[in-house]
Amino acid sequence: MSHAPVYLDHAATTPLSEAAKAAMIEHLGLVGNPSSLHGPGRTAHRLVEEARERLAAAMGVHASELLFTSGGTESDNLALKGTYWARRRLNPAANGILLTGAEHHAVLDTVQWLVEHEGATAHVAPLTADGLLDQAAWEATLADHGATLAVSTLMWANNEVGTVQDVPWAAARSLAAGVPLHSDAVQALGHVPIDLGTAGLASAAVSAHKIGGPVGIGALILRRDQKPVPLQHGGGHERSLRSGTLNVVGALAFAAAAEAALAGLEAEAARVRALRDVLVSGVLAGVEGALLSGPADAERRLPGTAHFTFPGAEGDTILFMLDMAGIASSTGSACTAGVAGPSHVLMSMGASEADARCVQRFSLGASSTPGDVDALLAALPGAVAAARAAGPAAGRRDR
Amino acid sequence: MEGAPRAAHPAGERQRTPQALQKDTTVAMKILAAMSGGVDSAVAAARAVEAGHEVVGVHLALSRMPGTLRTGSRGCCTIEDSNDAFRACDTLGIPFYVWDFSDRFKADVVDNFIEEYQAGRTPNPCLRCNEKIKFEALLDRAIALGFDAVVTGHYASVLRDEDGRVQLHRAADDAKDQSYVLGVLREDQLEHCWFPLADTPSKALVRAEAEERGLGVAAKPDSHDICFIPDGDTRGWLAERIDLAPGRIVDQEGRDLGEHRGAHAFTVGQRKGLSIGHPAADGKPRYVLQVRPKENRVVVGPGELLEVDRLVGIRPSHAGAPHPAVATGEWIDALVQVRAHAEPVPARVRWNQRDGAPAVEAELSGSLRGVAPGQSMVLYVGTRVLGQATIASAHSSAWNPDALGAAL
Repeated sequence: MSHAPVYLDHAATTPLSEAAKAAMIEHLGLVGNPSSLHGPGRTAHRLVEEARERLAAAMGVHASELLFTSGGTESDNLALKGTYWARRRLNPAANGILLTGAEHHAVLDTVQWLVEHEGATAHVAPLTADGLLDQAAWEATLADHGATLAVSTLMWANNEVGTVQDVPWAAARSLAAGVPLHSDAVQALGHVPIDLGTAGLASAAVSAHKIGGPVGIGALILRRDQKPVPLQHGGGHERSLRSGTLNVVGALAFAAAAEAALAGLEAEAARVRALRDVLVSGVLAGVEGALLSGPADAERRLPGTAHFTFPGAEGDTILFMLDMAGIASSTGSACTAGVAGPSHVLMSMGASEADARCVQRFSLGASSTPGDVDALLAALPGAVAAARAAGPAAGRRDR
Repeated sequence: MEGAPRAAHPAGERQRTPQALQKDTTVAMKILAAMSGGVDSAVAAARAVEAGHEVVGVHLALSRMPGTLRTGSRGCCTIEDSNDAFRACDTLGIPFYVWDFSDRFKADVVDNFIEEYQAGRTPNPCLRCNEKIKFEALLDRAIALGFDAVVTGHYASVLRDEDGRVQLHRAADDAKDQSYVLGVLREDQLEHCWFPLADTPSKALVRAEAEERGLGVAAKPDSHDICFIPDGDTRGWLAERIDLAPGRIVDQEGRDLGEHRGAHAFTVGQRKGLSIGHPAADGKPRYVLQVRPKENRVVVGPGELLEVDRLVGIRPSHAGAPHPAVATGEWIDALVQVRAHAEPVPARVRWNQRDGAPAVEAELSGSLRGVAPGQSMVLYVGTRVLGQATIASAHSSAWNPDALGAAL
């Protein structure tokens, strides 16, 4: 390849920030379990509580509303399963779950599991072609089924397309209907301004490694009146809702990363958005038939995400060709065996299964440069052309 | 290195000698290594890397349920196999990808397998997979994406004749030779095939080489079963997919012997499970001689009638330039093999027409037992594979089951 490796998959994970790295290195030698009652234990406890307070302050919530978890997936599971179980205990008839079809698999598969094993009923609210919530349909479901809804959930920003939902609006509607709202805010935190303390929001999932923190630590923002049934039992940590020895170094690094990301959000978002706009116009001009997904309104999309459909060019083949050219991109969803399926997000926005296989996500972040965009714009037309040629070639031969 | 390919040389602008392929790095090719997760394909890929080519590893996802972990015998598309292939590529320092051909595999191999049994034939799904998936879907996509050749861990050899045209030959190790299941490949496919294990004297050496190269799959067991029937119970698997209707069992002269539970449940050569209830007149065991799905009849008879010496094959293909006798229709001496590890049998063979379509006839000088329509008859001259055809009928020169038609 004629360029340095190009990383355009920041939505999957983004490099550790300097602030987070420094916090980790400083405390790697720490001894002491935050639950221990001796001196080293108290030191560890102090560090983790300081991290919690700093992180909560950076996110605009109270420290007691922040539970450390292992990451976004665990937070979504705890919020949805735990709330579903808790609400059904109070009202056995409340088995409904309101969601959209574009949720992350950590939400979708959790709800699916509750449907298959716990008697839940899913109410899937439709989306517009831009991926925005059909608000009338959401309200209608709340009106029709509010009495039997255990929980509602709406992701703040979509991980594939980058559509930013109006979560405060949905939280207000859910509050009025008396239904807790959970939001997967993993992709939104640190990238667009969000208010996790918004009225009616019962819980939200966030993760460190999407904002420059380390992998392996996340948080569940949980309003004080929420008492989900815990998934794991043990030492009674985190309001007795999430037992397990606290990850002191991870918490400190998460706090440092969040402070840096949130303090510089506006400037960094503007820088990344400008790069992204060059990428988008370059792709639309340079690749025949390219279609940009998501809302036209710049305020309703993540600054670093550009998601395209290239009809006739299978996403995994584009990824393959770009990867061989030293450019890392994503089709958005992959199963455990490494097979890319059609994008459930695009299909929930009305795309055909065929088009939903022909997608590619490029996501920019802190380390992205104009050179990255140039390298992509140079390689992409060839990659898409090759994928278009390979699609029919791997189809059935006529003879 | 020792044991490097003798003459595996995919197409290029110029003919490459084996020596050039081994040493001349200026002919470095872009190679796609199909990685099953087994030891053979891992060593084949290693040899391609060592020969100086740019190699990329690809594992084919063929199962509709890619999330299954192996429990009993091996299936070919489990998470474990995909991960083994991934780890082999890590060891070799080459990129790894999974390509999803599950839709095509279902349509071209699994559904075809069921259809063939429904039609009373006995297909070979591995051969079909080579024809339609590995050396068609995979190869075509690889070529379209700029690769020069596909490497697999098959034991067979691709050589070139004086005119530079490809030929398919048996591998050095007779016990491992897989030329039978590759016999269906055509010249245009063979042009882009490289089987680096062609000359390896034994599988034990391949395992030793894998061990030496630090490949974790060195001691991994071989796969034997049909990959989409992991418990090996083909009858049970088919019974879940084919509706059975009771029909009549008749003997070789058309005499009614009783009822069967469904013709599709039987295969030529089968002895057990006939449940006729009364012994044959001669007291000898009876075998399935023919399955007639259209009439839902099963023809049974004495074991000696399973000995066949007349084969007719349809849909012939040629593994390289067609033999001159294809054009003339003359009889030639050849060897006929009807199963992956069966002994080849000397025969005279000719290509001709049957019902207006190309066909092959073989008159065996010995005889073969229990040959079922649907199997592939692969034709050899010496070590060379001439090609193959799908067996449409197999019978003894003393008794032709088709003659029963009038009697029924």
